[in-house]
Amino acid sequence: MDLVQLQRQLVDYKTSLYNEGFLDEQFTQLQELQDENNPDFVVEVVSLFFEDSERLLNELTKALEQQSVDFKRVDAHVHQLKGSSSSIGAQRVQKVCIAFRNYCEEQNIEGCVKCLQQVRHEYSLVKTKLESMFQLQQQILSAGGSIPM
Amino acid sequence: MAAQGRHGGRKSNKMTALVVDDNMVNQTIHHRLLDNLGIENEAVSNGKEAVDIHCSGKTFDLILMDMDMPVMNGIEATRKLREMGIRSMIAGVSTRSMEREVQEFMEAGLDDYQVKPLTVSKLISIIHKING
Repeated sequence: MDLVQLQRQLVDYKTSLYNEGFLDEQFTQLQELQDENNPDFVVEVVSLFFEDSERLLNELTKALEQQSVDFKRVDAHVHQLKGSSSSIGAQRVQKVCIAFRNYCEEQNIEGCVKCLQQVRHEYSLVKTKLESMFQLQQQILSAGGSIPM
Repeated sequence: MAAQGRHGGRKSNKMTALVVDDNMVNQTIHHRLLDNLGIENEAVSNGKEAVDIHCSGKTFDLILMDMDMPVMNGIEATRKLREMGIRSMIAGVSTRSMEREVQEFMEAGLDDYQVKPLTVSKLISIIHKING
């Protein structure tokens, strides 16, 4: 595939991520913070988000497996996940977190377990999509091109 | 913007800021936002660390204070800093948007409040308040 085609593919892919609600305006803000002095900023922040989220998802799984669930603790973890997903523009993950917090408030175990499944799913979707996007970007850079923003 | 008399002894004219947030992703983003505007900054992870850093003698032109944090939250930390006589600009940055919650945070001693996520334009509007 030639450079122009790759760049076109990237633009289309990014647009679809916004249209499908995987990413929102906040992701655009992050990209605007990237420049020649900080060329890897977006990848760095997103990687941090991945690490943080994986840790939180594990904590959530453990917390919900307890005999007596500590809803305050569950809520604290979801709050963190909601915060970081919102900060990077991972809109669909953020939305599930909002519903998740409501179930925590109601101390509804079934609702929480369902939300955990949903948030894991949305997280893995956005992770895959962002990784594909970064791969495309890398292909373009390796071919000597620049990233269309 | 020249350094004010209360920071006498500081050689640089650069503005300084303290990011207080328990979330690493937010800390990284806020750090970059501030860097981008030429503002020297550091980050701590909760209200107690924010108070401790001031007890050690450091002061900042601007403090970006998250609300929900472990150990000591943003409301308590803001109150404590004001009690200590800290006159820096403190901007609450939180996801809370209910009037009552924001009110309580403001009453603790904030100069400004912005809903997360923080953006370049929100940060600029905070900074204008310092100069204004």
